[in-house]
Amino acid sequence: MAKERLVLVGNGMAGMRTIEELLQLEPDLYDITVFGAEPHPNYNRILLSPVLSGEKTIDEIMLNTRAWYDEHAITLHTGDPVVDIDRKARVVRSEQGLAVPYDRLILATGSYPFMIPVPGAELPGVMGYRDIADVDAMIATAREHKRAVVIGGGLLGLEAAYGLQQRGMDVTVVHLLDSLMERQLDKPAAALLQASLEQRGLQFLMEAQTAAIEGDGRVERVRFKDGTEVAADLVVMAVGIRPNMALAQRAGLHCERGIVVDDTMLTYDPRIYAIGECVQHRGQCYGLVAPLFEQAKVCANHLARLGYGRYEGSVTSTKLKVTGIDLFSAGNYRGGEACEEILFQDPGAGVYKKLVIQDNRLTGAVLYGDTIDGAWFFQLMREGRDISGIREDLLFGQAHLGDAGHGGQTQAAAMSDDMQVCDCNGVCKGEIVRAITAKGLFTLDDVKAHTKAAASCGSCTGLVEQILANTLGSDYSVPEAKPLCKCTDYTHDQVRAAIRDQHLTSMGDVFQALEWRQPDGCHVCRPALNYYLIATWPNETADDSQSRFINERAHANIQKDGTYSVIPRIFGGETSPAQLRAIAAAAEKYDVRTVKITGGQRIDLLGLTKEQLPHIWKDLTDAGFVSGHAYGKALRTVKTCVGSEWCRFGVQNSTQMGIDLEALTWGSWTPHKFKMAVSGCPRNCAEATIKDFGVVAIESGWELHVGGNGGVKVRATDVLCRVETPEQVKEYCGAFMQVYREEARYLERTAPWVERVGIAYVRKRVVDDEVGRKALYKRFLASQKLAQVDPWKARAAGAEAHEFTPLHEANG
Amino acid sequence: MSAVMAEHTWVDIGPIASIPRLGARVLKRNGVDIAVFRNAEDEVFALLNRCPHKGGPLSEGIVYGRTVACPLHNLCMDLATGQAQAPDEGRAATFAVRIDGDRVLVSMTPV
Ligand SMILES: Cc1cc2nc3c(=O)[nH]c(=O)nc-3n(C[C@H](O)[C@H](O)[C@H](O)COP(=O)(O)OP(=O)(O)OC[C@H]3O[C@@H](n4cnc5c(N)ncnc54)[C@H](O)[C@@H]3O)c2cc1C
Ligand code: HEM
Ligand code: SF4
Ligand code: FES
Repeated sequence: MAKERLVLVGNGMAGMRTIEELLQLEPDLYDITVFGAEPHPNYNRILLSPVLSGEKTIDEIMLNTRAWYDEHAITLHTGDPVVDIDRKARVVRSEQGLAVPYDRLILATGSYPFMIPVPGAELPGVMGYRDIADVDAMIATAREHKRAVVIGGGLLGLEAAYGLQQRGMDVTVVHLLDSLMERQLDKPAAALLQASLEQRGLQFLMEAQTAAIEGDGRVERVRFKDGTEVAADLVVMAVGIRPNMALAQRAGLHCERGIVVDDTMLTYDPRIYAIGECVQHRGQCYGLVAPLFEQAKVCANHLARLGYGRYEGSVTSTKLKVTGIDLFSAGNYRGGEACEEILFQDPGAGVYKKLVIQDNRLTGAVLYGDTIDGAWFFQLMREGRDISGIREDLLFGQAHLGDAGHGGQTQAAAMSDDMQVCDCNGVCKGEIVRAITAKGLFTLDDVKAHTKAAASCGSCTGLVEQILANTLGSDYSVPEAKPLCKCTDYTHDQVRAAIRDQHLTSMGDVFQALEWRQPDGCHVCRPALNYYLIATWPNETADDSQSRFINERAHANIQKDGTYSVIPRIFGGETSPAQLRAIAAAAEKYDVRTVKITGGQRIDLLGLTKEQLPHIWKDLTDAGFVSGHAYGKALRTVKTCVGSEWCRFGVQNSTQMGIDLEALTWGSWTPHKFKMAVSGCPRNCAEATIKDFGVVAIESGWELHVGGNGGVKVRATDVLCRVETPEQVKEYCGAFMQVYREEARYLERTAPWVERVGIAYVRKRVVDDEVGRKALYKRFLASQKLAQVDPWKARAAGAEAHEFTPLHEANG
Repeated sequence: MSAVMAEHTWVDIGPIASIPRLGARVLKRNGVDIAVFRNAEDEVFALLNRCPHKGGPLSEGIVYGRTVACPLHNLCMDLATGQAQAPDEGRAATFAVRIDGDRVLVSMTPV
């Protein structure tokens, strides 16, 4: 069967992004033809300003080379706009007379600069700012002329003005209103911006209405309504853009302010999609790249016949790409009724920050002078995170919350190229910037894949996002809802809901019901799905060992040389001479290379080969030990102090409480590892306030803590509540673990989870709702009945023997 | 071609059922560990059990499609060619595999 024919009109950022997304999903479904009005292959339009200012070259901003089109068997016609669509015959015709039939058509014609219709607007030397040709013309003019006027004090106008000034021109910016960038900035921030640009030598004419452009054969001056005038050899109009929809209108497609599309990016003709700046979606037209990329993903999803992608609009953020000026704006920055504002001003230091809050959610932000937290604020907005708990410190940013990791206090813009960003993989800022520009990267995931920055512990993620934003001039972080992995477009939460609501009990069912793109998934989704299945349907799902990471499959910790370590469970950290003797005997018998006390008060036996594991387990289980699960996304240890049994300060028996908690919870699988501690008095020697679940004894009973974390990103716990009896401690602990097990995303520790859902929510579920808590606890106990089977004992007795023996040993 | 074939020393490593689906077993020979993989389609592949990155034991990785993800730092290796998935670099040596009835034979000479 012949392939279907797909034609793209508009060889720009949105259109080509759609093609790239489609090729990832279905590389062979279509014969693809691309028409572009410009004579170039697809380039990164947003980097035109650095080209204008001389900071980059045209070659550096190319996204797809001609060789790329060839490689993917895409027919490319450049410098040849499509002039007609015959929807009945399903053929497009180009200016040079080509007629190409289509089965599916994508319109991605972008927009054009709006030219104010004043007398003289057509004079040579008057231009818009949109493409490479415009930039070439501006650079050529700057070589021969001196005086430039930019009409429009918005994002684009200011970037043009700065670029022209860098090229040596005297630049005057003319703005109709009394405040710059009024669509992104409030007045105080705009005033700071204007002052700082004036210091750099730009001139401003505010509240000036252009009446005419005059000159003899070429522009010579701009005249205003009030009679004044300025001399000009070049006039750049940057007063807005208009969707390029003439072609669609001629073809009879329904257009309003743009080409009207539905949530699947389809126009009124079911064979024609439209995306990018030329479309109007739910009454909205967009002029930034991030939302267009989200549209591209949805459109590709439908072209690939997956049919479930939905575009529901975007929140956008902006950053001005003028070197040395830090400015960030996102969402509803104006505030208004029912909103509250948090303000910070330090005019001396040139810093201004405003956050707009509605219903405990961040809905808008304007930052000037210090934009280090822009990416983080934007993320809080997109996630709709409850910020009531961090409200007081919000304005001071992520670093202030102790949540930014070790790199967070450094401002990315201020870093030199040789400064290290990712301490795990040793990646410097310069390498990241080069990869972003040279390889055309847009997202955090791209940067992770190409540079390995932020790919290990993730604590430099914020910095990498800042570098992305600074390099590209906007926030490109992936759309709101991240798909679980490359095999699907569904998010963790959607997949989980489907497993629950559609009663899916095996991985095959999930793959089928959710139309997974790879028949057996990948190393990212399979462990997550296995967890979701056993946590949702503990009675009905068989654990799939081939979908577990090696540590959980072999029930030991793999080390860097491929040997394993084994940690027997020592409940509450309280041991005995008999236990120690058994451990010592096993360590000697199997020639254990290192014996180490762990951070969680357990004993680690290191350097065992895989073949030895079942044997040492036999000895240890015979002595009464069970697996310590030191390798699992599971309950790890309950650390305790000596408590009231011995300590002169102790007010409760913390050791026994710890032993009881560990007996209750061992063996349970959780979204990520789960650590506990119990201290016998508020001196807190067991460090319970950096644990997932911490218990601190008080005179009247116990104080319960949740969501703490040591490690790279230290986070102290939030207090959950106080209770009186050990029975209550157990019930609250089980209930908390169960909500976490049921609702957190795989590989999400309790710290980020609690931050995401808000401690108020956790209190509501675990503390306030007694019936709900008891139900959670009951579900926890039910699943523990099945989970508390010692994996070591089973394997020492011969289960999964193939895992631990080589296939064939042959010599000679 | 036939000259090359002649150099193969085939070792019979047993029935295909002895390797778990979407899993691997290790073949030890003269101190060299070879990982033998079986995927969902019952294709069998053999790679040197050393990740080109930092020597991770590939046999312990998660298998999907024609790929294995190294257990240490998640490099994804093509099982047929041993090549790491772009943008990562590196290649693990591969060994020829022959299926004879239900027996699996692995060549001891790297391809
Ligand atoms: C100087 C500048 C700086 C910018 N800075 C930023 C920024 O910092 N952050 C940000 O998010 N966004 C920025 N933008 C906006 C961003 O570039 C656009 O949102 C984006 O390029 C729009 O993508 P698109 O595919 O819809 O349109 P385009 O990228 O414009 O692509 C449309 C293409 O279609 C072609 N075309 C039109 N009609 C036809 C036809 N009939 N036949 C064939 N081809 C046709 C056009 O020539 C054009 O090449 C900037 C824009 C400019 C001009
Ligand atoms: C007011 C401050 C503190 C006092 C008075 C205090 C006192 C004590 C006492 C009496 C013990 C028992 C010693 C024993 O085992 O016989 C102890 C143990 C311990 N303390 Fe503290 N302590 C204090 C603060 C801390 C802090 C802040 C930490 C760590 C963050 C800490 C960590 C420990 C540890 C790890 C133990 C061993 C617990 C165990 O036996 O398992 N202590 N402390
Ligand atoms: S936490 Fe209190 S009870 Fe426990 S060891 Fe420290 S001082 Fe003693
Ligand atoms: S050793 Fe294999 S990925 Fe590092």
